[in-house]
Amino acid sequence: MITSRKTVIQFIFILVGIIFIVRLFFIQVVDSTYKFEAQNNVMRRVIEYPYRGLIYDRNGKLLVYNTPVIDLMVTMKELKISDTAKFCSDFSITKEEFLSIIKKMKQDKGYSSVKPMPFLKQLSITDFAKIQDHLIDYKGFYPQARTIRSYPHTSLANALGYIGEISKRQLENQKENYYLQGDYIGISGLEASYEKELRGKRGARYLMVNVKGVEKGSYKNGQYDTLSIPGENLISTIDLELQQYGEKLMQNKVGSIVAIEPATGEILAFISAPSYDPNLLTGRKFSENYRKLESDSLKPLFNRPLMAMYPPGSIFKLAQALVGQQIGVVKPTTSYPCNQSWGPKCHPHPSPVDLKGSIQYSCNPYYYMVFKNMIYQNKHENKFKDSEIGFDQWRDLIISFGFGQKLAIDLPNVKSGYIPTNSFYDRIHGDLRWKHSTIRSLDIGQGELLIVPLQMANMAAIIANKGYYYTPHLIKAIGEDKKVPAEYKTKHYVKVEPKYFPVIADGMEMVMSGGTAASSRIKDIVICGKTGTVQNPHGEDHSVFIAYAPKDDPKIAIATYVENAGFGGVWAAPISSLMIEKYLKDTITRPHIEKRILEKDFINKKPKTVSSSTR
Amino acid sequence: MRSEDSLSKNIDWLTVLFYAVFVIAGWLNVFAAVYDADANQSIFDLSLNSGKQLMWIGTAIVLIIIILAIDYKFYSTFSYVIYGGIIFLLLITIFLGTEVKGSKSWFEIGSFRIQPAEFAKFATGLALASYLGRVNVKMEKLKTQLIAAGIILFPCLLILLQNETGTVLVFSAFVLVLYREGLSPWILIFGVVCVALFILTLIFHKVILLQVLGVLLALLIIYFAYQAISNWVNKKVNRAKRYITYSIISAASFMFAAGVVFSVDFFVYEILQEHQRKRILVLVNPDIDPLGAGYNVIQSKIAIGSGEFIGKGFLQGTQTKFDFVPEQSTDFIFCTIGEEHGWLGSSLLITLYVLFMMRLVHLAERQKDKFSRIFGYSVASIIFIHFMINIGMTIGIFPVIGIPLPFFSYGGSSLWSFTILLFIFLKLDAHRRQLLSH
Repeated sequence: MITSRKTVIQFIFILVGIIFIVRLFFIQVVDSTYKFEAQNNVMRRVIEYPYRGLIYDRNGKLLVYNTPVIDLMVTMKELKISDTAKFCSDFSITKEEFLSIIKKMKQDKGYSSVKPMPFLKQLSITDFAKIQDHLIDYKGFYPQARTIRSYPHTSLANALGYIGEISKRQLENQKENYYLQGDYIGISGLEASYEKELRGKRGARYLMVNVKGVEKGSYKNGQYDTLSIPGENLISTIDLELQQYGEKLMQNKVGSIVAIEPATGEILAFISAPSYDPNLLTGRKFSENYRKLESDSLKPLFNRPLMAMYPPGSIFKLAQALVGQQIGVVKPTTSYPCNQSWGPKCHPHPSPVDLKGSIQYSCNPYYYMVFKNMIYQNKHENKFKDSEIGFDQWRDLIISFGFGQKLAIDLPNVKSGYIPTNSFYDRIHGDLRWKHSTIRSLDIGQGELLIVPLQMANMAAIIANKGYYYTPHLIKAIGEDKKVPAEYKTKHYVKVEPKYFPVIADGMEMVMSGGTAASSRIKDIVICGKTGTVQNPHGEDHSVFIAYAPKDDPKIAIATYVENAGFGGVWAAPISSLMIEKYLKDTITRPHIEKRILEKDFINKKPKTVSSSTR
Repeated sequence: MRSEDSLSKNIDWLTVLFYAVFVIAGWLNVFAAVYDADANQSIFDLSLNSGKQLMWIGTAIVLIIIILAIDYKFYSTFSYVIYGGIIFLLLITIFLGTEVKGSKSWFEIGSFRIQPAEFAKFATGLALASYLGRVNVKMEKLKTQLIAAGIILFPCLLILLQNETGTVLVFSAFVLVLYREGLSPWILIFGVVCVALFILTLIFHKVILLQVLGVLLALLIIYFAYQAISNWVNKKVNRAKRYITYSIISAASFMFAAGVVFSVDFFVYEILQEHQRKRILVLVNPDIDPLGAGYNVIQSKIAIGSGEFIGKGFLQGTQTKFDFVPEQSTDFIFCTIGEEHGWLGSSLLITLYVLFMMRLVHLAERQKDKFSRIFGYSVASIIFIHFMINIGMTIGIFPVIGIPLPFFSYGGSSLWSFTILLFIFLKLDAHRRQLLSH
């Protein structure tokens, strides 16, 4: 028994040996394909980078396109340089640059002497043409075509965003296992939001190259090659002409303009000032320019319409008037005198005023009363408990306007702003230790309220629509079949009934005809607007204005916020009215106003002012 | 002087000759693997792997002298101590080890780096031999089997924790040793069947596989049923009953095989992640990922295949020039032989290995002492598993598991570990008559 086990073990040894020898006979003697493959066996994978999708404006004007560039790849094992000085002059680089490129390449984690590594990245076609002839003299180089982004204009940078090489962290954390080192990826703006649609699909060709570097055809007849699939084109909601006009008006100013088409939620203009030329963040100068922009004290990379959270100021009175009517504490006929002895200050205007008049003249004491009556509804005998009940009801209605929550716009990094909560006040003052007088600065849009310009424009759209909004968005169609994301086709209703809106619209019309923004009216267009002047403890007040027009068939809703500029009626209102006129009429009938705006320089006048937008 | 005389007389010089041939041929091929015709290199250049390997060979000879000088009783007496020491080293490596290529299996003392897992092989061999070598231990007992399994699996677990899966597989070599010492052959067959089913599941769709197995089962049962009935009719009741038992066993085996197929299928396609799955699937089709997981296998097959019948000649291999085959001086050293020495050279080397292993089995069998015999089988089996997996992977019949070819591959730890393994056994063998006198 035992001896036979020895035999079994020896038999296994012999069997494996025989299997190997037979298998080797087939590989080495019978099958001759390996010989051919060995001769042509520098297998090279040439990546076919897909064309990234283009982006157009709503009128078919090109916003973003691709420019071909060349990454010059080198396989170090094949590289033989006899004369470094000549080599450097052929490639128009200095010796130091050459050495630092090689050093950096070798430090790279994925470095391999037998794989092509990037030597010079993103050479323009003209730069490449200069060195192309010399390439024949040096073994081991080959050009890899790819594309970078280009812009036929200098606008919309904060919304478009930029692309860049994928970072190590992103590479490691990716879920779908698509990206490879050296791939470009959308880093901000639409480029990031629509990365999946824009990027397309990378292809690869496997080439057999012989020892001398000559292509010998594709590996296994190309059956493992994949074609690159171009990314999908996007059609933006932006009107490039309006956008550029808005950027011009905002030159030398800090702030935002957001214009929305109320009937669809499509964003017509999205201005963040100051901004930058998107062409700065493409190509070989990316890092250098990025560092400059990042260290700029005016923060051109900061996407103000989405990220700058401000107290809304008097434009918030519109929301107060709507919510007040819904709760039932104010009617169109409700009238209060402009009584500053209640607490709030005001400016001279006819008194008393009804609801429309309160909007027309932006009367502070009026909203003191409206807000007080919303907070104290006498539903509980304890004043503090009553305040809590009233406040909760008020907040519930207010946030239905999209305040205090992130609007699901198709851009990253949108901020929610802030509508204080019941528990927030409990934390500060203690449970049942706060009442109307504690929180009353909310009535005119001050206090702890924070709203981003996008939410302000959305409020204008809600009033224009008499009670609903579509989530504001920047892309209206994706790809060949022009599909629209479903979430942008859903109506969001606010918790204020439509019947309460017309009186607000009338009040806003009166703001333009004989109220706080009378100087910004346009003869043929009925605009509904509301000014705001936001108290700013850090410097000059912020100038705010929201509006929509025309009153009967709203085509545009707009919010303009100019930091440290003073009265809403003096700066934000005329800027908005020029934008409205430009969009609806495509002409400017009041060149003197335009001139005044264009010439105004808020930045260089007061360079020391701390912007409250950054808090 | 007397003891040295007897040592030189009693040591098995044939095995030493095999050892010398493998080590020197390995060294030459390590040089061939790094050789660059344009660079005017010397095989002794210490900056090349070949120069370093020569240093390793030198130290290995010192190691041999030490091993042969130590009293032969030392190894049996201190087997558990050595085993315990290695276990301790493995444990601290888990916590203090240095990570190299994703496995935390290296232990660094100054500039000196060792891989304790390599040395766990001979230590486990010693401990197993020591335990099974006791007079009153019977392999048939369940208790014995469990303790033996414990001795083998404990270091495996520690090595697994270091992420050194390849080395763990080597420990399956001990199954052969246990088999020789009386373990039921069914366990051996069971293992082979599982592996075969695993590979078949990768190649064929599970439904097809089950249909084929089902047809086989049906044929078997029809045959058994026929036999049972004809025996019954002929009044041979016992025989008939036996055939009924057979058919029940076949049905049960079928259920078992189906279970294996389904669980492998589930494991590979549902549990494994994309890159792990690729690693396994390239085994049956390297082309699914020609520049990724399948790269090594394709390149190594091209290198070997291009050697044809007699090879391109020493240092004439072209596939080496561009480093097509990664790890060429370590795990893929066989490619160099295949390419430069062709089918003849490869077959000669394989034959030499087989003869060498046969010789080891022969030596093991001639031990009068159980301890030496078991250790001898351990040596033969460990070398066999390395030989099988290493060459198997270079010609694409095993998945790529990074383990060296014994005595041949570049690397200090592996050369030392195999040298220790072999020469402890040769020392024991040289004293086999003295051991008898115990």
